Amino acid sequence: MADSILKEVALTLDLAPDMEIEACEKACAVAELMGMSADRIDEVKMAMIEACINAIEHSEAADSKLYVDIAVLGTQEPQELRITVSDRGVGFDRKKLVKPDIEQKLKSSSKRGWGLQIIEGLMDKVTVASTGAGTSVIMTKTIAGGRAASRVGS
Amino acid sequence: MTDSLKLSVDRRDGVAVLYTDGYINNQGGEEIAKVAYELLDEGYRNLLLNLSGTKIVNSIGISILIEIIEKMIDIKGKLAFCNLTPTIDKTFHIMGLAQYTSIFPSEDEAAEHLVD
Ligand SMILES: Nc1ncnc2c1ncn2[C@@H]1O[C@H](COP(=O)(O)OP(=O)(O)OP(=O)(O)O)[C@@H](O)[C@H]1O
Ligand SMILES: [Mg+2]
Repeated sequence: MADSILKEVALTLDLAPDMEIEACEKACAVAELMGMSADRIDEVKMAMIEACINAIEHSEAADSKLYVDIAVLGTQEPQELRITVSDRGVGFDRKKLVKPDIEQKLKSSSKRGWGLQIIEGLMDKVTVASTGAGTSVIMTKTIAGGRAASRVGS
Repeated sequence: MTDSLKLSVDRRDGVAVLYTDGYINNQGGEEIAKVAYELLDEGYRNLLLNLSGTKIVNSIGISILIEIIEKMIDIKGKLAFCNLTPTIDKTFHIMGLAQYTSIFPSEDEAAEHLVD
């Protein structure tokens, strides 16, 4: 189990159009340092971009801030990267959302509604906590796929 | 700052290949759509999007690609993709897009399929 925090970085960024790439930089650097493969880092980046864009587009946060927490979890060795993207905006009710379906989207005038599904597909575990006081998307990914952090014996 | 998407087109016999370079976000997607619709006006029915120069896409950009796919289905044309990064490929599969468009590892394989 990856139960202790080996390293944690918290950032506060200004919410603005096109800030999503910058917002991912630190998390990608941390992922690289902990030894995650380039392909897995790329998946983390894409998921994080979606979480950031949602905060930019939908949060209506009065403070115009994005809060990013990056944590490396593990017992002794890094095992898991946990990224939390939060805003203090209006929030939303996930239960009221309809799961996107490509066949239907192709016919519909609105093609949007994929971000959360993409985040969930690219990360290992995703929790969305949203209230009228804001939204937090907590996403984790193990350092390697499958039997993640089991160390290779010599 | 995000650089805007650069796009180049290779008009071949029976297929037009669009090469993207950069981030496919809303502006990038709009740019691709503009060029794709121009190619349809020119009479092309087979389009290939070579994404080798694109490392990131976002959901808004992909939604615009879905619009292009819808249009291609309408006119009974073909839109294919090649040279996707593993993450973009995975994302297209997560969305179920792979069922409505063809995804090829390389341009040669795609071109072969499109111009038969
Ligand atoms: N941080 C947030 N604050 C407020 N509402 C949000 C937030 N994130 C998501 N939502 C709500 O959840 C909906 C679904 O989000 P999702 O990212 O899946 O799709 P989308 O943003 O509408 O479209 P796409 O991501 O495909 O561009 C949004 O339309 C919005 O109503
Ligand atoms: Mg979204």
